Amino acid sequence: MITFEHVSVQYADAPAPSLRDVTLEIPEGELVLVVGPTGSGKSTLLRTINGLVPHFSGGTLTGRVTVDGLDTAGHRPRDLATVVGLVEQNPSSTFVTDVVEDEVAYGMETMGLDSTTIRRRVEETLDLFGLTPLRGRALRTLSGGQQQRVAIAALFAAGPRVLVLDEPTSALDPVAAEEVLASLHRIVHDLGVTVVLAEHRLERVVHHADRVVLVDEGHVSELLDPAEAMLRSQIYPPVVGLSRLVGWSPTPLSIRDARRKAAALRDALGTSTPRPVADLRVIGPADAVIVDRLRVSRGGRIVLDGVDLAVARGSVTTLMGRNGAGKSTLLGAIAAQHRLVGGTVRVGAEGVDPHARSARERVRTVGLVPQQPELLLYADTVAAECTAADADFGAAPGTARGLLDRISGGIDPAVHPRDLSEGQRLELALAVILSGSPEVLLLDEPTRGLDYGAKKRLGEMLTGLAAQGTTVLLATHDVELAAEVADRVVILADGEVVTDGPAREVLASSPAFAPQVTKVLLPQTWLTVAEVAGALARIA
Amino acid sequence: MARLQRKARLQHPAAWWLWGLGLATAASRTTDPVLLLLVIGVCLLVVDERHDPATVNPLPAFLAIGAAVVAFRIVMTALLGNGIVGETVVLTLPSVPLPDWAAGVRVGGTVTLESLLYAAYDALRLAAVLACLGAANALASPRRLLRYLPATLYDVGTAVVVGLTFAPQLLTDAREVRAARTLRGRDGRGLREMARLTVPVLETAFERSLGLAASMESRGYGRAVRSTTTSRRTATGLALAGLVGVLAGLYGLLDSSAGGVLGLPVLVLGTLLAGSSLLVGASRDPRSGHRRDRWTWTETVTVVAGAVPGAVLVVGSVQGWEGIVPSQRAELPAVPLIAVLALLVAATPAWLSPRPREVAP
Repeated sequence: MITFEHVSVQYADAPAPSLRDVTLEIPEGELVLVVGPTGSGKSTLLRTINGLVPHFSGGTLTGRVTVDGLDTAGHRPRDLATVVGLVEQNPSSTFVTDVVEDEVAYGMETMGLDSTTIRRRVEETLDLFGLTPLRGRALRTLSGGQQQRVAIAALFAAGPRVLVLDEPTSALDPVAAEEVLASLHRIVHDLGVTVVLAEHRLERVVHHADRVVLVDEGHVSELLDPAEAMLRSQIYPPVVGLSRLVGWSPTPLSIRDARRKAAALRDALGTSTPRPVADLRVIGPADAVIVDRLRVSRGGRIVLDGVDLAVARGSVTTLMGRNGAGKSTLLGAIAAQHRLVGGTVRVGAEGVDPHARSARERVRTVGLVPQQPELLLYADTVAAECTAADADFGAAPGTARGLLDRISGGIDPAVHPRDLSEGQRLELALAVILSGSPEVLLLDEPTRGLDYGAKKRLGEMLTGLAAQGTTVLLATHDVELAAEVADRVVILADGEVVTDGPAREVLASSPAFAPQVTKVLLPQTWLTVAEVAGALARIA
Repeated sequence: MARLQRKARLQHPAAWWLWGLGLATAASRTTDPVLLLLVIGVCLLVVDERHDPATVNPLPAFLAIGAAVVAFRIVMTALLGNGIVGETVVLTLPSVPLPDWAAGVRVGGTVTLESLLYAAYDALRLAAVLACLGAANALASPRRLLRYLPATLYDVGTAVVVGLTFAPQLLTDAREVRAARTLRGRDGRGLREMARLTVPVLETAFERSLGLAASMESRGYGRAVRSTTTSRRTATGLALAGLVGVLAGLYGLLDSSAGGVLGLPVLVLGTLLAGSSLLVGASRDPRSGHRRDRWTWTETVTVVAGAVPGAVLVVGSVQGWEGIVPSQRAELPAVPLIAVLALLVAATPAWLSPRPREVAP
């Protein structure tokens, strides 16, 4: 269906080619997962399939890419639209119309199908993706998961033989991600569409894949069996980590397969209990954030309705919940980014009201890294950004730079912040905010677009900060990160706190938010591979 | 007359845009504050009754820009004067002596009510034209209008869609970047701060626009599969010539000093050229419509309702009716009754047009 023959891609200003000599053949009707660290060339590989690389992006492509017999050299992306559909990471920025039904019809209109066919296929597609109740809704009012499903449906309706998806679930909560993946599963199995997808959150997708392709520094492996690929891959989901630790063979990819093999492991772990992270540092006794009956409205709608929350000093707390549950708004309200309708916020040892302080004073008590860290970055080099941060926060010269060097694995100071990878950009934004040495650090969805390596560094850094007494409150969909770092988990739904308790208790008891290791080893409540490894080492 | 229960639907976007154009022509021909405020009022009323609930209403943003224009003009006039000699002195600012070569320019000095009023009226005219544009935007999203652009004009279409998304997105981005600025301990006020914000705001908006263009490309926008190179070139050539004609004609119509006599014929010629390019393009346009908008009598009524005030005020300004251009004295301007009635006609689509589709929140 898709063939690559000795394909290399070199962008104009890049020091090294993004893809090197790729030869690959993807057969029809397969769900192929592309796995690789950030910046390895995954996105470039996906975009060569419909010709956006090089027709739209620029750069030089050597070799040949053919899709369903059409050579991308001679066919522009718009000519390939009948054959390939490409779903971008952030669907809201790619919508061309305003309403769900119009968006689904749009592709067929550009293709010139007659209106009875369009009518029929719009209905079929809406049914297939479960979008019928949403057909008249305005696109901008949909949640992230719904938007992603509309984006996939809109492409699917046009009847392409191949769907290409770039990180379709990384911005979604676990339940919404499942819905998206279920839709994909259906069109692959029932309708024989070929799907190629890249995703960092392997724990969500690897068991859906028929084949896996590993990408590293522009080198692309052949099509591999998923289990075999997970043995070789540098990045792997926790269930594979567990399997590697214990030596299961063949490598289980789904929770179900792993549970079948896990009986012996559960016996071996026996009565030993996990060591809680919090034992290693001092938490409390006082609270660093106290939120009392908080009410916030945005755009005329009550987003937070009477939220009470207390976060102990030196703890790491994660806020979880569906897309649109009010997590970002809560963080924004604590950092005085949104006006309050009612209730109070007190932050820090002195119980400062951030809403009553000027921006300059406020940043000493509470620092927020927003969902899009690039919003914090203004300068045109990393070095200039650090200097500006020192000036903004009145810190000693070199503070931000020192922090950055400690946080990151070494970032070239001459690079433009926009050219950094997602992970590096987050690290830079963190260094900027930490230059103000805030008592409370808030992070909004920090793991979007981070690979496992960057996520691990982030986790270590957050626990390190907490050990030094900084209170960390982060909103995330990433249950694995929560399992690694959190002392406490708070779950929001529809603007109210529904669960608030120790991380282990909350995560292990929730079907949506339980990490993979927990699901495999229930009823024992282990959260991470590291915990299990530690316990096994103690037993041995 | 029995109340007809008409099916909720969106009017043809071209009808609303022609209506807006008619009203804008009317606004551009007068500096009478009463008439201009009436234009803005008509815009507000019709938008309130009939705007498309699926899109964000852009009218407030346009009104805000209009208000900023008026304020800016008044402040600049107070500081620099505008050559209007008046009798009613409002206040006297300390005057800055300038060297001889800068004769004719003044900074500070006496500020007269007459010069302020003149500036305010003139700026209000621009604000009213902006309001008409905002109203057309709110009543029919430009993206819907664009569906009628033939695929042969692919490049123009992409540029317009991206441009249209760019402007409102710019406002959102500016707000976000400014909020993020406070996270670095700055309140985002002051000129230097504004300058610092420009770059990230523009960068974000550009990135987004590029993403949208890529998405349109990969979704097959502009597949002119059945067209030949010649027909594409003919259509593009005609469209460019037509566009230039339309712009020149509009300029003639909107700016009375350029000579209204030339404006109309050039506009007609431009429209004809643009129209024929659409025909050439559309005859080979393979695209089809899912629920295409229909053109019924309400569309015609809407266009006429916009054209009436445009025509009346053009005639009025050419014939020099009293009050169309108020005198430069500090007194209440005369209000020509016919012009008021003509503007009120423009408000009728608020009730005569069908209710827009309902969109669940």
